[in-house]
Amino acid sequence: MSDQIDWVALTVFVFFFALVTVMGFFAARWKAGPVSAHLDEWGLGGRQFGTWITWFLVGGDFYTAYTVIAVPALVYAVGAYGFFALPYTVIVYPFVFAVMPLLWKVAHAKGHVTAADVVHGTYNSRGLELAVAITGMVATMPYIALQLIGMGVVIKAIGLTGEFPIIAAFIVLALYTYSSGLRAPALIAFVKDIMIYIVVLVAVVVVPAKLGGYGAVFAAANDAFTAKGGATGLLLKPSQMLAYATLALGSALAAFMYPHTLTGIFASKSADTIRKNAILLPAYTLLLGLIALLGYMAYAANIKVTSNNDVVPVLFKVLFPSWFAGFAFSAIAIGALVPAAVMSIGAANLFTRNVWKSYVDPGISHAGEASVAKIASLVVKLGALAFTIFLPTQYALDLQLLGGLWILQTFPALVFGLFTRWFRAEGLLLGWVAGILWGSWTAWSNGLKPLATIELGGTSHVFYVGLGALLLNVAVAAIATVIMGLVLPRGATARS
Amino acid sequence: MWVLLLLPFIGLLWVPFYNFQEPALFGFPFFYWYQLAWVPLSSLLIWLVYRRRTPDETP
Repeated sequence: MSDQIDWVALTVFVFFFALVTVMGFFAARWKAGPVSAHLDEWGLGGRQFGTWITWFLVGGDFYTAYTVIAVPALVYAVGAYGFFALPYTVIVYPFVFAVMPLLWKVAHAKGHVTAADVVHGTYNSRGLELAVAITGMVATMPYIALQLIGMGVVIKAIGLTGEFPIIAAFIVLALYTYSSGLRAPALIAFVKDIMIYIVVLVAVVVVPAKLGGYGAVFAAANDAFTAKGGATGLLLKPSQMLAYATLALGSALAAFMYPHTLTGIFASKSADTIRKNAILLPAYTLLLGLIALLGYMAYAANIKVTSNNDVVPVLFKVLFPSWFAGFAFSAIAIGALVPAAVMSIGAANLFTRNVWKSYVDPGISHAGEASVAKIASLVVKLGALAFTIFLPTQYALDLQLLGGLWILQTFPALVFGLFTRWFRAEGLLLGWVAGILWGSWTAWSNGLKPLATIELGGTSHVFYVGLGALLLNVAVAAIATVIMGLVLPRGATARS
Repeated sequence: MWVLLLLPFIGLLWVPFYNFQEPALFGFPFFYWYQLAWVPLSSLLIWLVYRRRTPDETP
Protein backbone atom coordinates (compact mmCIF):
# COMPACT_ATOMS: atom_id res chain seq x y z
CA MET A 1 0.00 0.00 0.00
CA SER A 2 1.38 3.42 -0.89
CA ASP A 3 2.06 5.77 1.98
CA GLN A 4 1.21 8.87 -0.06
CA ILE A 5 -1.58 10.92 1.46
CA ASP A 6 -4.65 10.74 -0.76
CA TRP A 7 -5.85 14.35 -0.45
CA VAL A 8 -9.22 13.87 -2.14
CA ALA A 9 -10.07 10.89 0.03
CA LEU A 10 -8.77 12.72 3.10
CA THR A 11 -10.95 15.77 2.40
CA VAL A 12 -14.10 13.65 2.03
CA PHE A 13 -13.13 11.78 5.19
CA VAL A 14 -12.61 14.94 7.25
CA PHE A 15 -15.90 16.40 6.00
CA PHE A 16 -17.98 13.44 7.18
CA PHE A 17 -16.07 13.15 10.41
CA ALA A 18 -16.74 16.80 11.20
CA LEU A 19 -20.41 16.33 10.32
CA VAL A 20 -20.92 13.50 12.79
CA THR A 21 -18.95 15.34 15.47
CA VAL A 22 -21.35 18.26 15.29
CA MET A 23 -24.26 15.81 15.36
CA GLY A 24 -22.77 14.06 18.39
CA PHE A 25 -22.73 17.24 20.47
CA PHE A 26 -26.10 18.36 19.15
CA ALA A 27 -27.61 14.99 20.15
CA ALA A 28 -27.92 16.03 23.82
CA ARG A 29 -30.84 18.24 22.76
CA TRP A 30 -32.42 15.65 20.49
CA LYS A 31 -35.65 14.14 21.87
CA ALA A 32 -35.00 16.47 24.76
CA GLY A 33 -34.51 15.07 28.20
CA PRO A 34 -32.43 15.94 31.25
CA VAL A 35 -29.30 14.03 30.18
CA SER A 36 -27.39 14.53 33.42
CA ALA A 37 -30.30 14.08 35.82
CA HIS A 38 -30.92 10.34 35.48
CA LEU A 39 -29.01 7.30 34.25
CA ASP A 40 -32.07 6.32 32.18
CA GLU A 41 -31.48 9.51 30.18
CA TRP A 42 -27.70 9.37 29.72
CA GLY A 43 -27.31 5.60 29.60
CA LEU A 44 -30.53 4.55 27.81
CA GLY A 45 -31.50 7.69 25.88
CA GLY A 46 -34.67 8.05 27.96
CA ARG A 47 -36.00 4.52 27.18
CA GLN A 48 -38.01 5.96 24.31
CA PHE A 49 -36.45 4.71 21.06
CA GLY A 50 -39.07 3.47 18.60
CA THR A 51 -38.76 0.93 15.81
CA TRP A 52 -36.64 2.96 13.37
CA ILE A 53 -34.21 4.48 15.85
CA THR A 54 -33.70 1.06 17.44
CA TRP A 55 -33.18 -0.45 14.00
CA PHE A 56 -30.41 2.03 13.18
CA LEU A 57 -28.91 1.87 16.67
CA VAL A 58 -28.78 -1.92 17.05
CA GLY A 59 -27.84 -2.35 13.39
CA GLY A 60 -25.11 0.22 13.94
CA ASP A 61 -23.60 -1.36 17.03
CA PHE A 62 -24.07 -5.04 16.23
CA TYR A 63 -22.63 -4.89 12.69
CA THR A 64 -19.47 -3.00 13.61
CA ALA A 65 -16.69 -1.39 11.60
CA TYR A 66 -14.48 -4.23 12.59
CA THR A 67 -16.96 -6.62 10.98
CA VAL A 68 -16.64 -4.78 7.67
CA ILE A 69 -12.86 -5.24 7.84
CA ALA A 70 -12.52 -8.65 9.50
CA VAL A 71 -15.25 -10.76 7.87
CA PRO A 72 -13.98 -10.19 4.29
CA ALA A 73 -10.42 -10.64 5.62
CA LEU A 74 -11.31 -14.07 7.02
CA VAL A 75 -13.22 -15.05 3.87
CA TYR A 76 -10.22 -13.92 1.82
CA ALA A 77 -7.90 -16.01 3.98
CA VAL A 78 -9.84 -19.28 4.34
CA GLY A 79 -12.97 -19.13 2.15
CA ALA A 80 -16.28 -20.77 3.13
CA TYR A 81 -15.40 -21.13 6.81
CA GLY A 82 -15.27 -17.33 7.21
CA PHE A 83 -18.88 -17.21 6.04
CA PHE A 84 -20.17 -18.51 9.42
CA ALA A 85 -21.00 -14.89 10.24
CA LEU A 86 -24.02 -15.26 7.92
CA PRO A 87 -25.85 -18.20 9.57
CA TYR A 88 -24.85 -16.64 12.91
CA THR A 89 -26.60 -13.36 12.12
CA VAL A 90 -29.67 -15.13 10.71
CA ILE A 91 -30.44 -17.47 13.61
CA VAL A 92 -29.82 -14.74 16.15
CA TYR A 93 -33.17 -13.10 15.22
CA PRO A 94 -35.63 -15.90 16.03
CA PHE A 95 -33.83 -15.96 19.39
CA VAL A 96 -34.14 -12.18 19.80
CA PHE A 97 -37.82 -12.35 18.88
CA ALA A 98 -38.59 -15.09 21.42
CA VAL A 99 -36.44 -13.92 24.36
CA MET A 100 -35.59 -10.22 24.27
CA PRO A 101 -39.17 -8.86 24.62
CA LEU A 102 -39.45 -10.87 27.88
CA LEU A 103 -36.17 -9.41 29.10
CA TRP A 104 -37.35 -5.92 28.14
CA LYS A 105 -40.58 -6.38 30.13
CA VAL A 106 -38.70 -7.37 33.29
CA ALA A 107 -36.25 -4.49 32.90
CA HIS A 108 -38.99 -2.00 32.15
CA ALA A 109 -41.19 -3.02 35.08
CA LYS A 110 -38.34 -2.90 37.61
CA GLY A 111 -36.29 -0.03 36.15
CA HIS A 112 -33.28 -2.26 35.40
CA VAL A 113 -30.51 -0.68 33.30
CA THR A 114 -28.11 -3.63 32.87
CA ALA A 115 -28.09 -7.41 32.53
CA ALA A 116 -26.59 -7.66 36.02
CA ASP A 117 -29.52 -5.60 37.40
CA VAL A 118 -31.93 -8.15 35.91
CA VAL A 119 -29.95 -11.05 37.39
CA HIS A 120 -29.86 -9.42 40.84
CA GLY A 121 -33.57 -8.66 40.60
CA THR A 122 -34.36 -12.28 39.75
CA TYR A 123 -32.06 -14.15 42.13
CA ASN A 124 -31.25 -11.56 44.81
CA SER A 125 -27.63 -12.72 44.67
CA ARG A 126 -24.82 -10.16 44.83
CA GLY A 127 -22.31 -12.82 43.76
CA LEU A 128 -24.15 -13.68 40.54
CA GLU A 129 -24.76 -9.98 39.83
CA LEU A 130 -21.04 -9.23 40.17
CA ALA A 131 -20.10 -12.21 37.98
CA VAL A 132 -22.37 -10.99 35.19
CA ALA A 133 -21.20 -7.37 35.55
CA ILE A 134 -17.49 -8.18 35.50
CA THR A 135 -17.88 -10.55 32.54
CA GLY A 136 -19.67 -7.81 30.62
CA MET A 137 -17.04 -5.17 31.35
CA VAL A 138 -14.07 -7.43 30.63
CA ALA A 139 -15.57 -8.75 27.38
CA THR A 140 -16.35 -5.24 26.15
CA MET A 141 -12.91 -3.66 26.54
CA PRO A 142 -11.11 -5.62 23.79
CA TYR A 143 -14.19 -5.21 21.58
CA ILE A 144 -13.79 -1.42 21.78
CA ALA A 145 -10.09 -1.84 21.03
CA LEU A 146 -11.01 -3.77 17.87
CA GLN A 147 -13.16 -0.86 16.68
CA LEU A 148 -10.10 1.37 17.00
CA ILE A 149 -8.06 -1.13 15.07
CA GLY A 150 -10.70 -1.12 12.31
CA MET A 151 -10.57 2.67 12.24
CA GLY A 152 -6.77 2.53 12.12
CA VAL A 153 -6.84 0.32 9.02
CA VAL A 154 -8.82 2.85 6.97
CA ILE A 155 -6.89 5.85 8.30
CA LYS A 156 -3.71 4.10 7.18
CA ALA A 157 -5.29 3.47 3.75
CA ILE A 158 -5.82 7.22 3.31
CA GLY A 159 -2.10 7.62 3.87
CA LEU A 160 -2.03 9.08 7.38
CA THR A 161 0.52 7.50 9.70
CA GLY A 162 1.23 7.50 13.40
CA GLU A 163 -1.06 7.35 16.40
CA PHE A 164 -2.25 10.96 16.30
CA PRO A 165 -5.33 10.58 14.01
CA ILE A 166 -6.70 7.72 16.14
CA ILE A 167 -6.13 9.64 19.36
CA ALA A 168 -7.81 12.75 17.94
CA ALA A 169 -10.83 10.76 16.71
CA PHE A 170 -11.11 9.11 20.07
CA ILE A 171 -10.99 12.29 22.11
CA VAL A 172 -13.82 13.68 20.00
CA LEU A 173 -15.82 10.49 20.52
CA ALA A 174 -15.17 10.50 24.27
CA LEU A 175 -16.28 14.11 24.66
CA TYR A 176 -19.60 13.85 22.89
CA THR A 177 -20.44 10.51 24.50
CA TYR A 178 -19.71 12.18 27.83
CA SER A 179 -22.05 15.08 27.16
CA SER A 180 -24.85 13.39 25.17
CA GLY A 181 -24.86 9.75 26.32
CA LEU A 182 -26.69 7.16 24.21
CA ARG A 183 -28.42 9.84 22.16
CA ALA A 184 -25.12 10.59 20.36
CA PRO A 185 -24.48 7.13 18.85
CA ALA A 186 -28.22 6.74 18.14
CA LEU A 187 -28.20 9.90 16.05
CA ILE A 188 -24.85 9.19 14.37
CA ALA A 189 -26.00 5.65 13.56
CA PHE A 190 -28.43 7.11 11.00
CA VAL A 191 -25.56 8.67 9.04
CA LYS A 192 -23.25 5.70 9.48
CA ASP A 193 -25.74 3.07 8.38
CA ILE A 194 -26.97 5.00 5.34
CA MET A 195 -23.34 5.52 4.26
CA ILE A 196 -22.51 1.84 4.75
CA TYR A 197 -25.61 0.77 2.77
CA ILE A 198 -24.60 3.07 -0.12
CA VAL A 199 -21.01 1.82 -0.10
CA VAL A 200 -21.92 -1.84 -0.03
CA LEU A 201 -24.71 -1.63 -2.60
CA VAL A 202 -22.42 0.24 -4.99
CA ALA A 203 -19.59 -2.21 -4.33
CA VAL A 204 -21.62 -5.38 -4.90
CA VAL A 205 -22.99 -4.04 -8.20
CA VAL A 206 -19.97 -2.19 -9.60
CA VAL A 207 -17.14 -4.47 -8.52
CA PRO A 208 -18.44 -7.71 -10.11
CA ALA A 209 -19.37 -5.71 -13.24
CA LYS A 210 -15.74 -4.57 -13.50
CA LEU A 211 -14.42 -8.05 -12.78
CA GLY A 212 -16.65 -10.06 -15.13
CA GLY A 213 -19.61 -11.05 -12.94
CA TYR A 214 -20.07 -13.17 -9.83
CA GLY A 215 -19.24 -16.35 -11.73
CA ALA A 216 -15.79 -14.93 -12.49
CA VAL A 217 -15.37 -13.73 -8.90
CA PHE A 218 -16.07 -17.20 -7.44
CA ALA A 219 -13.92 -18.87 -10.12
CA ALA A 220 -10.94 -16.60 -9.33
CA ALA A 221 -11.29 -17.34 -5.62
CA ASN A 222 -11.58 -21.06 -6.32
CA ASP A 223 -8.35 -21.04 -8.36
CA ALA A 224 -6.57 -19.15 -5.59
CA PHE A 225 -7.71 -21.60 -2.90
CA THR A 226 -6.79 -24.60 -5.05
CA ALA A 227 -3.29 -23.17 -5.42
CA LYS A 228 -3.11 -22.34 -1.70
CA GLY A 229 -4.35 -25.74 -0.44
CA GLY A 230 -4.93 -26.58 3.23
CA ALA A 231 -8.28 -26.06 4.95
CA THR A 232 -9.42 -23.41 2.46
CA GLY A 233 -11.92 -23.43 -0.38
CA LEU A 234 -15.32 -22.32 -1.63
CA LEU A 235 -16.95 -25.17 0.28
CA LEU A 236 -16.37 -26.49 3.79
CA LYS A 237 -14.13 -29.49 4.36
CA PRO A 238 -16.02 -32.29 6.17
CA SER A 239 -13.92 -31.64 9.28
CA GLN A 240 -15.00 -27.96 9.29
CA MET A 241 -18.77 -28.54 9.26
CA LEU A 242 -19.33 -29.02 12.99
CA ALA A 243 -16.99 -26.13 13.76
CA TYR A 244 -18.97 -23.93 11.33
CA ALA A 245 -22.35 -24.82 12.85
CA THR A 246 -21.24 -24.55 16.50
CA LEU A 247 -19.48 -21.23 15.88
CA ALA A 248 -22.67 -19.88 14.29
CA LEU A 249 -24.90 -21.12 17.13
CA GLY A 250 -22.52 -20.11 19.95
CA SER A 251 -21.99 -16.65 18.49
CA ALA A 252 -25.75 -16.18 18.02
CA LEU A 253 -26.47 -17.06 21.64
CA ALA A 254 -23.66 -14.78 22.84
CA ALA A 255 -24.52 -11.79 20.62
CA PHE A 256 -27.29 -10.33 22.78
CA MET A 257 -25.52 -11.02 26.08
CA TYR A 258 -23.05 -8.17 25.38
CA PRO A 259 -23.64 -4.86 27.19
CA HIS A 260 -23.80 -2.89 23.93
CA THR A 261 -26.52 -4.98 22.29
CA LEU A 262 -28.51 -5.18 25.54
CA THR A 263 -28.28 -1.40 25.89
CA GLY A 264 -30.08 -1.16 22.54
CA ILE A 265 -32.76 -3.55 23.85
CA PHE A 266 -33.28 -1.73 27.16
CA ALA A 267 -33.39 1.66 25.41
CA SER A 268 -36.36 0.64 23.22
CA LYS A 269 -39.81 2.02 23.82
CA SER A 270 -41.74 -1.26 23.99
CA ALA A 271 -41.54 -5.03 23.67
CA ASP A 272 -43.19 -4.67 20.29
CA THR A 273 -40.36 -2.40 19.12
CA ILE A 274 -38.00 -5.32 19.70
CA ARG A 275 -40.25 -7.84 17.91
CA LYS A 276 -40.51 -5.59 14.86
CA ASN A 277 -36.75 -5.22 14.88
CA ALA A 278 -36.27 -8.98 14.89
CA ILE A 279 -38.17 -8.91 11.58
CA LEU A 280 -36.38 -5.85 10.13
CA LEU A 281 -32.79 -6.23 11.35
CA PRO A 282 -31.96 -9.14 9.00
CA ALA A 283 -31.63 -6.48 6.26
CA TYR A 284 -28.20 -5.86 7.79
CA THR A 285 -27.42 -9.56 7.57
CA LEU A 286 -28.00 -9.49 3.82
CA LEU A 287 -25.55 -6.60 3.73
CA LEU A 288 -23.04 -8.57 5.81
CA GLY A 289 -23.27 -11.55 3.45
CA LEU A 290 -22.47 -9.27 0.52
CA ILE A 291 -19.64 -7.58 2.46
CA ALA A 292 -18.15 -11.02 3.12
CA LEU A 293 -17.95 -11.60 -0.64
CA LEU A 294 -15.57 -8.63 -0.94
CA GLY A 295 -12.98 -11.16 0.21
CA TYR A 296 -13.49 -13.14 -3.02
CA MET A 297 -13.66 -10.03 -5.19
CA ALA A 298 -10.13 -9.26 -4.00
CA TYR A 299 -8.92 -12.42 -5.80
CA ALA A 300 -10.73 -11.48 -9.00
CA ALA A 301 -9.11 -8.02 -8.82
CA ASN A 302 -5.67 -9.63 -8.34
CA ILE A 303 -5.06 -7.88 -5.06
CA LYS A 304 -2.13 -8.93 -2.94
CA VAL A 305 -1.94 -7.77 0.68
CA THR A 306 0.58 -8.36 3.44
CA SER A 307 -2.06 -8.15 6.16
CA ASN A 308 -5.49 -9.71 5.50
CA ASN A 309 -7.20 -6.78 7.21
CA ASP A 310 -6.08 -4.53 4.34
CA VAL A 311 -8.21 -6.44 1.80
CA VAL A 312 -11.25 -4.14 1.88
CA PRO A 313 -9.39 -0.79 1.91
CA VAL A 314 -7.05 -1.88 -0.89
CA LEU A 315 -9.98 -3.19 -2.97
CA PHE A 316 -11.72 0.18 -2.72
CA LYS A 317 -8.54 2.10 -3.52
CA VAL A 318 -7.82 0.00 -6.60
CA LEU A 319 -11.33 -0.11 -8.06
CA PHE A 320 -12.87 3.25 -7.17
CA PRO A 321 -12.03 6.93 -7.66
CA SER A 322 -10.48 8.69 -4.66
CA TRP A 323 -13.62 10.51 -3.62
CA PHE A 324 -15.65 7.30 -3.37
CA ALA A 325 -12.83 5.49 -1.57
CA GLY A 326 -12.78 8.42 0.87
CA PHE A 327 -16.54 8.11 1.33
CA ALA A 328 -16.22 4.36 1.98
CA PHE A 329 -13.40 4.90 4.47
CA SER A 330 -15.38 7.53 6.36
CA ALA A 331 -18.33 5.13 6.48
CA ILE A 332 -16.11 2.49 8.08
CA ALA A 333 -14.47 4.93 10.51
CA ILE A 334 -17.82 6.38 11.60
CA GLY A 335 -18.97 2.78 11.78
CA ALA A 336 -16.33 2.33 14.47
CA LEU A 337 -17.52 5.32 16.49
CA VAL A 338 -21.10 4.11 16.98
CA PRO A 339 -20.33 0.72 18.53
CA ALA A 340 -17.36 2.11 20.49
CA ALA A 341 -19.68 4.71 22.04
CA VAL A 342 -22.47 2.23 22.83
CA MET A 343 -19.99 -0.30 24.22
CA SER A 344 -18.43 2.25 26.54
CA ILE A 345 -21.92 3.34 27.68
CA GLY A 346 -22.94 -0.28 28.31
CA ALA A 347 -19.80 -0.95 30.33
CA ALA A 348 -20.22 2.32 32.22
CA ASN A 349 -23.82 1.42 33.12
CA LEU A 350 -22.60 -1.93 34.50
CA PHE A 351 -19.90 -0.26 36.56
CA THR A 352 -22.29 2.35 37.94
CA ARG A 353 -25.21 0.08 38.78
CA ASN A 354 -23.51 -3.15 39.78
CA VAL A 355 -20.16 -2.10 41.24
CA TRP A 356 -20.44 1.53 42.40
CA LYS A 357 -24.06 1.42 43.58
CA SER A 358 -23.81 -2.11 44.99
CA TYR A 359 -20.50 -1.74 46.84
CA VAL A 360 -19.44 1.90 47.18
CA ASP A 361 -22.49 4.15 47.47
CA PRO A 362 -25.81 2.27 47.81
CA GLY A 363 -27.74 5.49 48.49
CA ILE A 364 -26.58 7.22 45.29
CA SER A 365 -29.04 9.64 43.65
CA HIS A 366 -30.22 9.38 40.01
CA ALA A 367 -28.07 12.37 39.05
CA GLY A 368 -25.15 10.81 40.92
CA GLU A 369 -25.51 7.62 38.88
CA ALA A 370 -25.42 9.64 35.66
CA SER A 371 -22.21 11.42 36.65
CA VAL A 372 -20.46 8.22 37.79
CA ALA A 373 -21.41 6.59 34.47
CA LYS A 374 -20.10 9.55 32.46
CA ILE A 375 -16.71 9.32 34.13
CA ALA A 376 -16.67 5.52 33.87
CA SER A 377 -17.30 5.77 30.12
CA LEU A 378 -14.22 7.98 29.79
CA VAL A 379 -12.10 5.51 31.77
CA VAL A 380 -13.32 2.55 29.68
CA LYS A 381 -12.45 4.36 26.44
CA LEU A 382 -9.04 5.46 27.69
CA GLY A 383 -8.36 1.85 28.65
CA ALA A 384 -9.28 0.67 25.17
CA LEU A 385 -7.14 3.40 23.59
CA ALA A 386 -4.12 2.46 25.72
CA PHE A 387 -4.77 -1.15 24.75
CA THR A 388 -4.61 -0.29 21.05
CA ILE A 389 -1.53 1.89 21.29
CA PHE A 390 0.66 -0.02 23.72
CA LEU A 391 -0.18 -3.67 23.09
CA PRO A 392 0.20 -5.72 19.90
CA THR A 393 -2.97 -6.00 17.77
CA GLN A 394 -2.96 -9.75 18.28
CA TYR A 395 -3.71 -9.31 22.01
CA ALA A 396 -6.94 -7.46 21.22
CA LEU A 397 -7.96 -10.18 18.76
CA ASP A 398 -7.20 -12.98 21.22
CA LEU A 399 -8.96 -11.24 24.08
CA GLN A 400 -12.00 -10.45 21.96
CA LEU A 401 -12.23 -14.12 21.10
CA LEU A 402 -12.00 -15.10 24.77
CA GLY A 403 -14.52 -12.31 25.50
CA GLY A 404 -17.09 -14.01 23.27
CA LEU A 405 -16.55 -17.25 25.15
CA TRP A 406 -16.84 -15.48 28.52
CA ILE A 407 -19.95 -13.47 27.73
CA LEU A 408 -21.68 -16.66 26.55
CA GLN A 409 -21.29 -18.02 30.09
CA THR A 410 -23.67 -15.34 31.41
CA PHE A 411 -26.45 -16.79 29.22
CA PRO A 412 -27.93 -19.21 31.83
CA ALA A 413 -28.00 -16.56 34.58
CA LEU A 414 -29.67 -13.97 32.36
CA VAL A 415 -32.00 -16.02 30.15
CA PHE A 416 -33.12 -19.06 32.19
CA GLY A 417 -34.71 -16.87 34.86
CA LEU A 418 -37.12 -15.46 32.26
CA PHE A 419 -38.67 -18.91 31.80
CA THR A 420 -38.12 -20.86 35.03
CA ARG A 421 -37.14 -20.21 38.64
CA TRP A 422 -35.91 -23.77 39.10
CA PHE A 423 -32.18 -22.95 38.98
CA ARG A 424 -30.57 -21.65 42.16
CA ALA A 425 -28.23 -18.66 42.17
CA GLU A 426 -25.42 -20.70 43.76
CA GLY A 427 -25.74 -23.32 41.02
CA LEU A 428 -25.68 -20.72 38.25
CA LEU A 429 -22.62 -19.11 39.81
CA LEU A 430 -20.81 -22.46 39.97
CA GLY A 431 -21.79 -23.15 36.36
CA TRP A 432 -20.42 -19.75 35.34
CA VAL A 433 -17.11 -20.49 37.09
CA ALA A 434 -16.88 -23.94 35.47
CA GLY A 435 -17.69 -22.61 31.97
CA ILE A 436 -15.21 -19.73 32.19
CA LEU A 437 -12.39 -21.83 33.62
CA TRP A 438 -12.78 -24.79 31.27
CA GLY A 439 -13.37 -22.58 28.23
CA SER A 440 -10.42 -20.28 28.89
CA TRP A 441 -8.10 -23.15 29.70
CA THR A 442 -9.09 -25.10 26.60
CA ALA A 443 -8.77 -22.08 24.30
CA TRP A 444 -5.45 -21.19 25.92
CA SER A 445 -3.96 -24.66 25.59
CA ASN A 446 -4.98 -24.77 21.90
CA GLY A 447 -2.94 -21.65 21.20
CA LEU A 448 -5.91 -19.27 21.67
CA LYS A 449 -7.97 -20.91 18.95
CA PRO A 450 -11.75 -20.93 19.49
CA LEU A 451 -11.96 -24.60 18.51
CA ALA A 452 -11.51 -27.78 20.51
CA THR A 453 -11.42 -31.42 19.42
CA ILE A 454 -13.36 -34.31 20.94
CA GLU A 455 -12.91 -38.02 20.16
CA LEU A 456 -16.19 -39.89 19.77
CA GLY A 457 -16.40 -43.45 18.45
CA GLY A 458 -12.94 -43.32 16.89
CA THR A 459 -13.54 -40.13 14.89
CA SER A 460 -12.54 -36.68 16.06
CA HIS A 461 -14.94 -33.76 15.98
CA VAL A 462 -13.90 -30.12 16.03
CA PHE A 463 -16.30 -27.70 17.75
CA TYR A 464 -16.54 -24.18 19.17
CA VAL A 465 -15.11 -24.04 22.71
CA GLY A 466 -17.65 -21.43 23.87
CA LEU A 467 -20.59 -23.71 23.14
CA GLY A 468 -18.87 -26.65 24.88
CA ALA A 469 -18.23 -24.42 27.89
CA LEU A 470 -21.92 -23.38 27.88
CA LEU A 471 -23.04 -27.04 27.98
CA LEU A 472 -20.69 -27.67 30.90
CA ASN A 473 -21.97 -24.48 32.56
CA VAL A 474 -25.61 -25.61 32.32
CA ALA A 475 -24.79 -29.16 33.48
CA VAL A 476 -22.91 -27.89 36.54
CA ALA A 477 -25.68 -25.40 37.34
CA ALA A 478 -28.33 -28.15 37.13
CA ILE A 479 -26.38 -30.67 39.23
CA ALA A 480 -25.52 -28.04 41.85
CA THR A 481 -29.19 -26.98 41.99
CA VAL A 482 -30.29 -30.59 42.60
CA ILE A 483 -27.66 -31.12 45.31
CA MET A 484 -28.53 -27.81 46.95
CA GLY A 485 -32.18 -28.88 46.94
CA LEU A 486 -31.31 -32.07 48.85
CA VAL A 487 -29.05 -30.36 51.38
CA LEU A 488 -30.98 -27.12 51.84
CA PRO A 489 -34.61 -27.44 50.74
CA ARG A 490 -36.19 -24.22 49.48
CA GLY A 491 -37.80 -22.19 52.23
CA ALA A 492 -35.58 -23.79 54.89
CA THR A 493 -33.06 -20.97 54.61
CA ALA A 494 -33.93 -17.67 56.20
CA ARG A 495 -34.59 -14.94 53.61
CA SER A 496 -32.16 -12.14 54.16
CA MET B 1 -46.81 -21.20 15.24
CA TRP B 2 -43.75 -20.75 17.45
CA VAL B 3 -42.27 -23.89 15.94
CA LEU B 4 -41.65 -21.85 12.74
CA LEU B 5 -38.86 -20.07 14.65
CA LEU B 6 -36.93 -23.34 14.80
CA LEU B 7 -36.77 -23.72 11.02
CA PRO B 8 -33.82 -21.31 10.46
CA PHE B 9 -31.82 -23.22 13.08
CA ILE B 10 -32.49 -26.54 11.33
CA GLY B 11 -31.94 -25.12 7.84
CA LEU B 12 -28.64 -23.43 8.66
CA LEU B 13 -27.03 -25.56 11.37
CA TRP B 14 -27.32 -28.86 9.48
CA VAL B 15 -24.37 -28.03 7.22
CA PRO B 16 -24.17 -31.30 5.17
CA PHE B 17 -27.52 -30.29 3.71
CA TYR B 18 -26.13 -27.32 1.80
CA ASN B 19 -22.36 -27.73 1.47
CA PHE B 20 -22.49 -28.04 -2.35
CA GLN B 21 -21.29 -26.19 -5.43
CA GLU B 22 -24.35 -26.97 -7.62
CA PRO B 23 -26.98 -25.84 -8.47
CA ALA B 24 -25.44 -22.40 -8.88
CA LEU B 25 -27.61 -19.27 -9.21
CA PHE B 26 -26.40 -16.04 -10.92
CA GLY B 27 -22.84 -17.33 -10.53
CA PHE B 28 -23.30 -17.99 -6.77
CA PRO B 29 -22.53 -21.57 -5.70
CA PHE B 30 -25.41 -23.27 -3.81
CA PHE B 31 -23.60 -22.91 -0.45
CA TYR B 32 -23.78 -19.11 -0.77
CA TRP B 33 -27.18 -18.41 -2.28
CA TYR B 34 -28.87 -20.99 -0.04
CA GLN B 35 -27.60 -19.26 3.10
CA LEU B 36 -28.37 -15.79 1.73
CA ALA B 37 -31.91 -16.98 0.87
CA TRP B 38 -32.45 -17.81 4.54
CA VAL B 39 -32.18 -14.12 5.42
CA PRO B 40 -35.52 -13.00 3.87
CA LEU B 41 -37.03 -16.40 4.67
CA SER B 42 -36.28 -16.00 8.40
CA SER B 43 -37.73 -12.50 8.37
CA LEU B 44 -40.87 -13.90 6.79
CA LEU B 45 -41.16 -16.71 9.34
CA ILE B 46 -40.69 -14.33 12.26
CA TRP B 47 -43.29 -11.99 10.73
CA LEU B 48 -45.78 -14.88 10.44
CA VAL B 49 -45.32 -15.72 14.12
CA TYR B 50 -45.55 -12.02 15.01
CA ARG B 51 -48.87 -11.66 13.18
CA ARG B 52 -50.47 -14.65 14.86
CA ARG B 53 -49.41 -13.97 18.43
CA THR B 54 -51.72 -12.31 20.95
CA PRO B 55 -50.80 -8.65 21.35
CA ASP B 56 -49.38 -7.21 24.59
CA GLU B 57 -51.96 -5.98 27.04
CA THR B 58 -51.96 -2.21 26.81
CA PRO B 59 -50.71 -0.59 30.01
